Amino acid sequence: MTHRSPALTAFMTKEVRHILRDRQTLTILLLLPLAMVVLFGFALRNDVNDIRIVFVDPAPDYATTALRDRFLGNGRFEWVATAPAAADVEQFFRRGNADVAVVFEQGFAGRLAAGTPARILVVSDASDPNTGSRMQAYAIAVIASYQAELGAAGRGVRIVPETRMRFNPTLESVNLFVPGLIALVLTLVTALMTAISLSREKERGTLEILLVSPLRPWQIIVGKVLPYLLLAFANVITALLAAWIIFRVPFRGSITLLLLASMLYAMVGLALGVFIAARTSSQRAAMLGALTGTMLPSTLLSGMIFPIASLPGWLQPVTFAIPARWFIIIARGIMLKGVGLAYLWQPIVVLAVMLVFLMLLAIRSFKPRLA
Amino acid sequence: MTLAIDVHELTRRFGNFTAVDSITFHVEEGEVFGFLGANGAGKTTAIKMLIGLLAPTSGRASVAGYDVLTQAEEVRRHIGYMSQRFSLYDDLTVRENITLYGGIYGLTDTQIRERGDALIRDLRLGKTADERVSALPLGWKQKLAFSVAILHQPAVVFLDEPTGGVDPITRRQFWEMIYAAAARGTTVFVTTHYLDEAEYCDRVSIMVDGRIAAMGTPEELKREHRVATLDELFVRLARPDATAGTAADHSSASGYE
Amino acid sequence: MRALRFLLRKEFLQIFRDHTIVAMLFVLPLAQLLILANAATFEVKSSRMYVVDHDHTPMSRGVVDRLSASRRFILTGASQSLALADEAMLGREVDAILVIPDGFERDIMRQHSAPVQLVLNAEDGAAAAVTQAYASRILTDYSAELGAQVSPTLASVGATAEPPPVSGSGVIDVRQRGWFNVDLEYTDFMVPGILVVLVTLVGTLLTAMNIVREKESGTLDQLNVTPVTRSTFIAAKLIPLWSLALLDLALGLILAWVVFHVPMRGNLLIVFFAAAVYLVAALGIGLWISSIAETQQQAMFVTFSIMLIYILMSGIFTPVSGMPEWAQWIAEVSPITHFVRLMREVLLKGAGLADVAGEIGILAVTGVVVLTLAVRQYHKRSA
Repeated sequence: MTHRSPALTAFMTKEVRHILRDRQTLTILLLLPLAMVVLFGFALRNDVNDIRIVFVDPAPDYATTALRDRFLGNGRFEWVATAPAAADVEQFFRRGNADVAVVFEQGFAGRLAAGTPARILVVSDASDPNTGSRMQAYAIAVIASYQAELGAAGRGVRIVPETRMRFNPTLESVNLFVPGLIALVLTLVTALMTAISLSREKERGTLEILLVSPLRPWQIIVGKVLPYLLLAFANVITALLAAWIIFRVPFRGSITLLLLASMLYAMVGLALGVFIAARTSSQRAAMLGALTGTMLPSTLLSGMIFPIASLPGWLQPVTFAIPARWFIIIARGIMLKGVGLAYLWQPIVVLAVMLVFLMLLAIRSFKPRLA
Repeated sequence: MTLAIDVHELTRRFGNFTAVDSITFHVEEGEVFGFLGANGAGKTTAIKMLIGLLAPTSGRASVAGYDVLTQAEEVRRHIGYMSQRFSLYDDLTVRENITLYGGIYGLTDTQIRERGDALIRDLRLGKTADERVSALPLGWKQKLAFSVAILHQPAVVFLDEPTGGVDPITRRQFWEMIYAAAARGTTVFVTTHYLDEAEYCDRVSIMVDGRIAAMGTPEELKREHRVATLDELFVRLARPDATAGTAADHSSASGYE
Repeated sequence: MRALRFLLRKEFLQIFRDHTIVAMLFVLPLAQLLILANAATFEVKSSRMYVVDHDHTPMSRGVVDRLSASRRFILTGASQSLALADEAMLGREVDAILVIPDGFERDIMRQHSAPVQLVLNAEDGAAAAVTQAYASRILTDYSAELGAQVSPTLASVGATAEPPPVSGSGVIDVRQRGWFNVDLEYTDFMVPGILVVLVTLVGTLLTAMNIVREKESGTLDQLNVTPVTRSTFIAAKLIPLWSLALLDLALGLILAWVVFHVPMRGNLLIVFFAAAVYLVAALGIGLWISSIAETQQQAMFVTFSIMLIYILMSGIFTPVSGMPEWAQWIAEVSPITHFVRLMREVLLKGAGLADVAGEIGILAVTGVVVLTLAVRQYHKRSA
C-alpha cells in the first residue's frame, strides 16, 4: 500500500486536463476572484462619510457658530443648509436631501454662560438604523469634544480620553473586508465548482463509468477535488498579493500559517461541494442549493460585514456552523493582530472537525451508489 | 408543379472546414426522400439549414415554396421536424406534449383534442397518455415524436435519423407511419444510417464529405453502379480507400494487430 | 398570442412538477429571511471592558462606574498588568481596555485635566468608532459632574489669579431623535432589503438556467423550428417566474409584517406596481445571460458574479455614501438599488407615488433595455 496508485494518477491527470482545456472557465476561475477582491476592496466601506447636515439656528451667537464650525471642520459632515426654524427640517428629510439636522435653541450661548443646560436636538434620518445610529454617535462626539473644551477653558474639569485603535489604527474598511472576501471567493471555487462538476458527471453518466473502474470512492473524490484545491491555492495567493500591493493590508503574522489555514478552509468547501453533489439529483438543484444555501449566510453570518457580537443572542450560536466565520477569525488574527497558533488553535480545530465531519458525510452519501 | 424542397449550391463552412459543399438537389411533393451519408458527412448541417436553425454560408434553398433565408417564418409554419436527440419534454405527459405543440402551431382546441385522441389511439398509448414521457420506452418515444412532428399536417417533415437505437419491429412500424404520412400528401425528408431503410425511399442521395456523391431511385443507383445492394454502394462511396484493393485492406488491417 | 398561452402552460407545469424547484422558490427565501433579517445589524450592544486602574481613587473608580453604568461597557476584568490586559484582547476576550494612570485624581484637582487611555479592538472598525463616541460622551458628562464638585473647591483655594469663569461649566443637554424609525429597529430597515435580495437571487438564477437548460437538452431546437416568435418565447420564459417571484415577495411582506412588525406606512399598491416593473428588469438580466450562455455552468458563473455585485454594492448592507464615487455609479446602475430604496421609502417613510416616480422610471427603463437585449440576443437561427 505504500506505492502510489497508477489509476489515481491517471484519473487526476484527466481532471487537470478537463480544467485546463476549458480556457474560458479557467480564466474566469482565476480572474473573477481577483477582480472581486479588487472591486470590493475599493468599493465597500462600512464607514459613514459625507453626512449631509442641516443646522437650525434661530438666533446665531458665538457658541452656535463655534459648534457649527466644529461640525464642518470634522471632515465627516457636509453642510447643506442653515434653516431658521425647526419646521423647515422636515422637507429636507422627506426629499432625502439631509442626513442629520442639528437644532439649537434660542439664546444658546446665554444659557451656557448662565450655567443652565443649553439644549441641542440632534435629528438623524434613521430609516437605515445602522447608519443612523452611527451618524448620531459622530454628531454627539463633536458636541462632547466642544463641551470638554469649553469646560477646560472655563476652568471646569476635563478628562482627556486618549483612544488607541488597536490592530487597525486608521479604521480601514478594506483591512476588515479582505479576509471575508477571500472566504467568499474560496467558497465559490471550492464548494460550487465541485458540486457542479460532480453533478455534471452524474447527469451525463460518466460517474458510473468511474464507479465501475478499479478506483475506490475516496480516490474518485480525491481526484476530483485536488485540482480545485490547487486552483483555490492560486486564488488565495493572487487575492493576498492584491490586498498587499493595492490596498497595503498589513500582514503582521505568519504567511505560512495563513496559507495553511486557507487550504484547510478550502478543503472544508470542497467536502461541502462533494456532499451537495452526492445529495442532489440535477445540476440545477445542486447549483441552487449551493448558491442560495451558502452565499447569503456566509456574507451575513460570518462577521465579514456585521460584527457577530451585534447579533441577537439566539442567532450567535447559529454562526458556529458557518465555516467562513472561523476562517475570518483566523485570517484577521494573522493579518491584523499578528497572533499565531497559540491564539488561533481553537478556530483551526473547529474547521478541522468540520472537514472530517463533512468528508465522512460525503463518502457515506456516495456509497449507496456503488451497490 | 411546385417542388417541396429546392436546393441550389447550398454551402456551409465552419472556419476552414466546409461541412456542406455546394449541394444542389430537389425533392418533389409527396416524395419520401432518403438523405444518406456516413457520420460527419454533413447531413445534419444540411438539415439544419433547411429548417432554419443554421444560416447558410452561400447558396439558396426553398422549402414548401418559401425561401429559407428570407421567409424563414413561413417555412417554419409549413414544416415538421424530428431531431436525432429525443426532444419532447421529458417532464411533461404525452398529452401535455401534444397539446403544447398543437397550440404552438395554431390548432384549435377541438383539433388538438381530436388529433390528440387519434394519435394516442393509433400509437396504443391509451394507458400511458397521462404519464410523463420520460417513462416511455425509446421506441415509443420515437413514434410519439414523429406523430407530434406531423400533428399540424405540415407540407414537409424533416426526420433526422429517426430510427437510431430502435428495435427492428418498431422500425418497421415507424416506416409504416412514414408511408401513411406520405399518402396524406406530406413530403418526407429522412436521414438514416440503415441502408435497408434506404430501399423504402422513393429517391435517395448519398452524401460524402459535404458533397452529394450519388442520387436517384434505389433501383437506378444499383443499376448505374452495378451493385447488388445500396449497402455495397454506400461503402464504396463513403470509403473509397477501403475498397481500392484487398491487399491494401489486409496490410492496413494487419498494421493494427 | 395563442402560442403564448400554451407555452405558459408548459412552463408552469415544468416548474411545479419539479419539487426541488418549488421548495427553492418558496421555502428557501422565506426561511432565510426569518434568520438573516436578524443578522444585518451594526448595533454596538456592549463592549467587554478590561480595566487597569493605577490610581485607585474615588475619581478613578467613578470613571469605571460611569462607563459600566451606561451598559455600553461591561466590566469583564481588572488588574494592574497591561500585559494581562493585552493578552485578553489578543485572545478576543475583551473589546476595550481602559487604563487610568497613577495620579489621575491629583491631576484633576490640580490641573483640572487628566488623561485616560482607551484601547479599542478595531478589528471591526465601524464598531470601534461608535464605541469611541459613546465613551467620550460618557467621560464628558462625568467631567461636567466633577467640575461642579471641584469648582467650589478651586474657588476656595483661590490659588489662581484669574476670576471665576463667566461661561460656567458649560452644560450642553443633547437630545437625540431618529426620524422615520424612532426606535432604530434595524429589522424594519433590513427585512425589505434582504427580502428583495433573496427573491431576486432565486428568481434570476432560475431564469438564467431556464433557456440554457433547453439548449443543453435539445428541446430548444425543436421549439426554434416552430413559428413561435422571439418575443413570445421570451415572454413565456419570463412570465411564470416573474409571477412566482411576485407571489414570493407578497408572502415575504406578510412575514415581514407578522413576524418583524415592519411598518407599512405607504401604499402597498405602489410597492407591487414597482415590484412588477423591477422583476421584469431583474429576471430579464437572467434571461439575457441564459441566451448568451452555452452551459448551465457558465450561466451560473455569470449570474453569481452579477448577484454578488448586486448584493454587496447596492447599499443594502453597507452605506452607499461610504463608497468612492465610481462605485456609487455602479450601485446606481443596478436595479436592485433602486427597488430597495423605493421599498424603504414607501414602507418606512410613507412616500407617495410622486416621491418615488423617479425610481420607478429608472426601473422601467432598465426593464425595457434588458428585455430588448434578451430578445435580440436570442436567435432562432445560429449564424
